[in-house]
Amino acid sequence: MIGLSHYLTLSGLLFALAVAGIFLNRKNVILLLMCIELMLLAVNFNFVILARFLGDTAGQVFVFFILTVAAAESAIGLAILVVLFRSRRSISVRELDSMKG
Amino acid sequence: MMEQVLLAIVLSPLAAAVIAGLFGRVIGRAGAHWITILGVGASFLLSAWVLAGLLGGRLEPYDGAVYTWGISDGVRMEVGFLIDRLSALMMTVVTFVSLMVHVYTVGYMREDPGYQRFFSYISLFTFAMLMLVMANNFLQLFFGWEAVGVVSYLLIGFWFKRPTAIHANLKAFVVNRVGDFGFLLGIAAILSLAGSLDYAEVFASAPSWSRQTVEVLAGRPWDAATLVCVLLFVGAMGKSAQVPLHVWLPDSMEGPTPISALIHAATMVTAGVFMVARMSPLFELSTTALSVVLVIGATTAFFMGLLGLVQNDIKRVVAYSTLSQLGYMMVALGASAYAAGIFHLGTHAFFKALLFLAAGSVIIAMHHEQDIRKMGGLRRYMPVTYWTALIGSLALIGFPGFSGFFSKDAIIEAVHASAIPGARYAYLCVLLGVFVTALYTFRMFFMVFHGKERMDEHTRSHLKESPWVVTLPLVLLAIPSVVAGWMTEQALLFDGYFGSSIHVSESHDVLSTVGEHGTAPSAFLVHGLSGYPFFIAMAGLATAWLLYLRRPDMLPQATARLRGIIRLLANKYYFDDLNEKVIAPGARGLGKGLWKLGDEILIDGLVVNGSARMVGWLAGVVRQVQTGYLYHYAFAMIIGLALMLGWLLMKG
Repeated sequence: MIGLSHYLTLSGLLFALAVAGIFLNRKNVILLLMCIELMLLAVNFNFVILARFLGDTAGQVFVFFILTVAAAESAIGLAILVVLFRSRRSISVRELDSMKG
Repeated sequence: MMEQVLLAIVLSPLAAAVIAGLFGRVIGRAGAHWITILGVGASFLLSAWVLAGLLGGRLEPYDGAVYTWGISDGVRMEVGFLIDRLSALMMTVVTFVSLMVHVYTVGYMREDPGYQRFFSYISLFTFAMLMLVMANNFLQLFFGWEAVGVVSYLLIGFWFKRPTAIHANLKAFVVNRVGDFGFLLGIAAILSLAGSLDYAEVFASAPSWSRQTVEVLAGRPWDAATLVCVLLFVGAMGKSAQVPLHVWLPDSMEGPTPISALIHAATMVTAGVFMVARMSPLFELSTTALSVVLVIGATTAFFMGLLGLVQNDIKRVVAYSTLSQLGYMMVALGASAYAAGIFHLGTHAFFKALLFLAAGSVIIAMHHEQDIRKMGGLRRYMPVTYWTALIGSLALIGFPGFSGFFSKDAIIEAVHASAIPGARYAYLCVLLGVFVTALYTFRMFFMVFHGKERMDEHTRSHLKESPWVVTLPLVLLAIPSVVAGWMTEQALLFDGYFGSSIHVSESHDVLSTVGEHGTAPSAFLVHGLSGYPFFIAMAGLATAWLLYLRRPDMLPQATARLRGIIRLLANKYYFDDLNEKVIAPGARGLGKGLWKLGDEILIDGLVVNGSARMVGWLAGVVRQVQTGYLYHYAFAMIIGLALMLGWLLMKG
């Protein structure tokens, strides 16, 4: 029988995968954005599962809000990305080190 | 009333000095000498008036402050005057000699481009000396002390284009600094022990703190009175040129002759003697300090006199005799015969100023040639200078009847009567000193005024007596050189002239012993004619006559026999070598060591630049953390978040 702990484990795994993606990715800024998206989805997943198990729909309402904000955020992120590409002709994470001390 | 008079005495030379110094161009040469002579003349007349008033009982001794600088922690810092018979006598002597020197300078410096500047300096010097003498507290004493030092620096280096003059004034200043350091420490010790700078208060409280002990070096307790007096005496050693701080005085003859007379015979160098006499209530509390004064004075009196024998510069001979006579004064102070010391100070001021000015007159006639080997036979050309110089010389060697006889005899008798440690040594020194004094004085006198004329033809054709502004002071100084002795001897030494201004404890009262064989000048004269000092002086005179006039051919033999001693004397006991080869390089080495080690390595290297380098290094390390890579920042954020969450959970 699939219980609450299985769902939460899945959500945790997804989150950890996203974090690892942020750390390990050295090439593509788009991948970074996707990883952030994945983190948000993992959190959303948590919300849905817990709303279902606790019988409280407020959690599911939160998910809608988060999805909306995430959509806006990724739109802005992609826009920044386009500008970045125009100015530097590259979207490689490795080359974005102008803040180096 | 008294206050205004005293202020006028002090301020009129100062005002004259300021006007002559700052507006010298406006008032011209005549204006400069008139205003300074008037200033010092007014000062002299008022001083004489005060002295006469004190003697006649018309005026009361005055002790009061005229201005308060400030009060700090209960210590009053004031400008104040203490006018009793001691200071009034000093004021009169100082202003009289200064006035004579002012008049004389008109003739001596006639062709000098720095005429106004010179008058400004000597007036300023008179002001400084008066401040010193009239002070009623240690702070003002110190002010006068330092002011005298500064002006003497300016005057010795008056001809500032001569490298030797610059060297001499620097030497005078530095050597005096050594003495003044001790003096300042002494004043500080008095302030910390007595809590006051006022003479009267310090003297009143002295018996209560003088028995305390002070540990200067750990484990070596010193009597407070001894410590204070020895430190003050170190100051006197600098100003009054006592061994080993005497080296500046002969060199200071680089200055013009009038200031040699003013500073190095009559006033500045007597500051130390005056100070010790003024501090007699303190010195009486410490026999050790008196012994130190006695031994140092005796050493100076004899050994510096010996140096006068080998000098050939006319002014240097007089300078070494000054050193020797200052030694006599110190001996008198050390033997607690303060009155005799001040008495000798007064008579010496007259005859030594006279001798210096006579030497100056000779120098004018010789066209600024100072070597006595190139003089001789000047008696015929300069009668006034000859006779006045003879009077000065006889007074200096203590010929019976002249002023120097009474004062020097009193000192010798006082030392003879003294029983403190070192008195026997001092007695021997002053007796031998009498012989040496007579010898070098008449060696110079005979070589200058008698014998063969050794100058070149050009100089001989120009030889003539000096103008009246030069000879008038000579005559005016010759009079007191003769009469000042027998006129004042009895009053000063035995009849309690100084009253309460000099304190002598009963066990030290040597002057009453001296007075046992009669106190009147006539009794003194009779006693003096039968005593050793007279015969010793005559022996010295006869030796000089024999070697330099009668049988000059004996001189080479005599010098050949004494070659070793003469070399020692010619090198001035190697004091200058010691100073220049050991002490000065030592001080420079110490300074350089402190500069290199303390300043460059420790302070600049370690503290100032070191802390800056430390910050730089730390910043260099820390900036390596800033890689600029997004994933590093994100990682740090996540780790931080995890740690914070973990902390919250653990706590919760």
